[in-house]
Amino acid sequence: MDLGFSEEQEMLRTTARDFLTNECPSELVKQLAADEKGYSPEMWKKMAELGWMGLTFPEEYDGMGMTFLDLVVLLEEAGRACLPGPYFSTVVLAGYTIMEAASEEQKKELLTKIANGDLIVTLAVTEPSARYEPDAITVKASPDKDDYVINGTKLFVPDANVADYIICVARTKDGASPEEGLTLFLVDAKSPGISTTLLKTIAGDKQCEVIFEDVRVPKGNIIGKLDKGWPVVEKVLEKATVGLCAQMVGGAQKTLDMSVEYAKERVQFGRPIGSFQAIQHYCANMVTDVDGSKYITYEAAWKVSEGLTATMEVSMAKAWVSEAYRRVTLLGHQIHGAIGFCEDHDMPLYFKRAKGSEPTFGDADFHREMVAKQLGL
Amino acid sequence: MDFSFTTEEKDFRAQVRAFLDREVSDEFLSDLEEQDEVDFSREFTRKLAQKGWLAMAWPKEYGGGGATTMEQLIFNEEMGYHHAPTGGHRQGISLIGPCLIAHGTEEQKRKYLPPITAGEVVWCQGFSEPNAGSDLASLQCQAVEDGDDIVITGQKVWTTNGHRADWCHLLARTDPNAPKHKGISYFLVDMKSPGITARPLLNMLASRDFGEVFFDEVRVPKGNILGEKNRGWYVSQTTLNFERSGIAWPASAKRDLELLIEYAKETKKNGESLAQDPLVRHKLTEMAVEIEVARMISYRVAWMQSRGQIPIYEASMSELFGSELLKRLGDVGMQILGLFGPLERGSRWAPLRGRIARDYQFSLGLTIARGTSEIQKNIIAWRGLELPRV
Repeated sequence: MDLGFSEEQEMLRTTARDFLTNECPSELVKQLAADEKGYSPEMWKKMAELGWMGLTFPEEYDGMGMTFLDLVVLLEEAGRACLPGPYFSTVVLAGYTIMEAASEEQKKELLTKIANGDLIVTLAVTEPSARYEPDAITVKASPDKDDYVINGTKLFVPDANVADYIICVARTKDGASPEEGLTLFLVDAKSPGISTTLLKTIAGDKQCEVIFEDVRVPKGNIIGKLDKGWPVVEKVLEKATVGLCAQMVGGAQKTLDMSVEYAKERVQFGRPIGSFQAIQHYCANMVTDVDGSKYITYEAAWKVSEGLTATMEVSMAKAWVSEAYRRVTLLGHQIHGAIGFCEDHDMPLYFKRAKGSEPTFGDADFHREMVAKQLGL
Repeated sequence: MDFSFTTEEKDFRAQVRAFLDREVSDEFLSDLEEQDEVDFSREFTRKLAQKGWLAMAWPKEYGGGGATTMEQLIFNEEMGYHHAPTGGHRQGISLIGPCLIAHGTEEQKRKYLPPITAGEVVWCQGFSEPNAGSDLASLQCQAVEDGDDIVITGQKVWTTNGHRADWCHLLARTDPNAPKHKGISYFLVDMKSPGITARPLLNMLASRDFGEVFFDEVRVPKGNILGEKNRGWYVSQTTLNFERSGIAWPASAKRDLELLIEYAKETKKNGESLAQDPLVRHKLTEMAVEIEVARMISYRVAWMQSRGQIPIYEASMSELFGSELLKRLGDVGMQILGLFGPLERGSRWAPLRGRIARDYQFSLGLTIARGTSEIQKNIIAWRGLELPRV
């Protein structure tokens, strides 16, 4: 049993932290939240040069051949810095979809470009019904000669506004069960008939409404097998869920660090507020939430990275971290007092991201129900 | 990173589990409950000793098994899961034993350690007093030199098994003029000494496991001081590198949750099982998640120790989270049992032998004993986060 990271993973973490501290200060995060694109092409290029885009891609596609667990270390640092932009969409959502199901030709084309920082891709799963379940997919793809024609609305699609491609999960057949008959389509984001509208969110992350109106996609753009797309989506969502937990852990740790530092500096009644028991107990509660979140996330991440069945652990992690990160940001705000309520403070970045992350890839209630099924309830 | 156990460790767990499945059966636990005992059985303590598992954590030269931290973790996890009684040996094996190993004279080690490893002697802890709980260092029990003896006068309280212990490890004040932590000495006291009166207290569960112990000019030979005179406080803080994960709490909670899940599946309400009720599902799964988090927090402590690191705030966090967890689980259990919840063992209508009712009440003591939750949070804040102490 070894609950620690390897030397290489620790080095990756240090490199990532240093890079993001320099390149991604909170001022930039706030600027990008207000920016239409929501990411910095200069930073994107530098990240590609560091090998971050292709971190988990096989070397034959210009990747670094590293593991999911390695990526989790990087994602934790990304969460700590509130890294804006389509990294998660491109590398986790799209990257793993392509690695899981794409043809050799598609992998060569797409993964190589992504690894070199030349392509942004996202995955469109959810629709206005706001569920991550197969029966919630109503966007239809109907065959027409050499193409499929896609119709319907996707909602909450991350970074569709800057994506070169959108991998759209659409229904191609009404099967015996909702899991059957779903197909993954690689859609050129500039295809005629696509209307992408950026949604304004409290955290400034780029989520979009994407309306497909008779959008034509060549048959060759199917990723994986016709009608057999859902199992791929499930696997990718599993990784995405854990990856998001890792980001949330990073944000929670930063919130704790900021709050403890402030508690030591801020003097009232002739002493640092961190010398008062109420504040000390808040901090103790925060570190308990942070540490618990870490290890339940790492347990899930390790299992996923090892290719072991991790359905229970992944849902337990998301259920816990969803609520723990929120609790930590609430206490963080309480400790900071009024200054934390100002836009130019960093606390709101974490508070808002915690809330935005809570329902993403399933909220605590959704995941607790997954746990219930695993427990045989 | 590796969350799995080795083949040898898994085999060891299987062995321990087989033994505990057999020895800590429902009948055995039921018998204990009949006697209003939950955590005390000299017979079981001796069986562990015979198996060579009682002092598994101790170095071999002191009669121990020299077990690794992971083996200790596995053993303690299985013990917790099976609700095995530890009261017959916990003080000796986990508290006074390690202090003796670290600070005892050769003569003291020869005299006191073997009976502990053999499971033949019960120790009680003479620490808390009516005016010294969380502020233990303010204890007032007097220890005055008189010739070759030290004469002890005072009162201890919340002394678990005081009324049936053979020996008592006791903190008393040998120098009333020194700063409070520096005037305390640590004594090994024969409970058969003249002048000792032990009076069990009735707790709210109608059980008499803890009580008062009065010392009325009790003579203790000078040779029974453990460590240096006036250094008792520091000697008693010795924890050595024995497993401090606190895994027993989440392990015990896991078993209780399994019983509640079974109950929910079997019990019908309005034509469907309780397990179909979304609110019940929510409560049970919330507990399942918390139990797993608690397990990870405990495992983290054991992992640190396995690498030779000394956990400080991490052990407090585990104790805090685990004890609070059991309170929440007791409450969730009672909510699910509804009107049946408050029924005590003995009624044919009491589910699970009234275990949840007992756990609900008993768990109140867990966030108070061994360092209150508030003290644990203080320690986490001071020593984990370096927040200032005033």
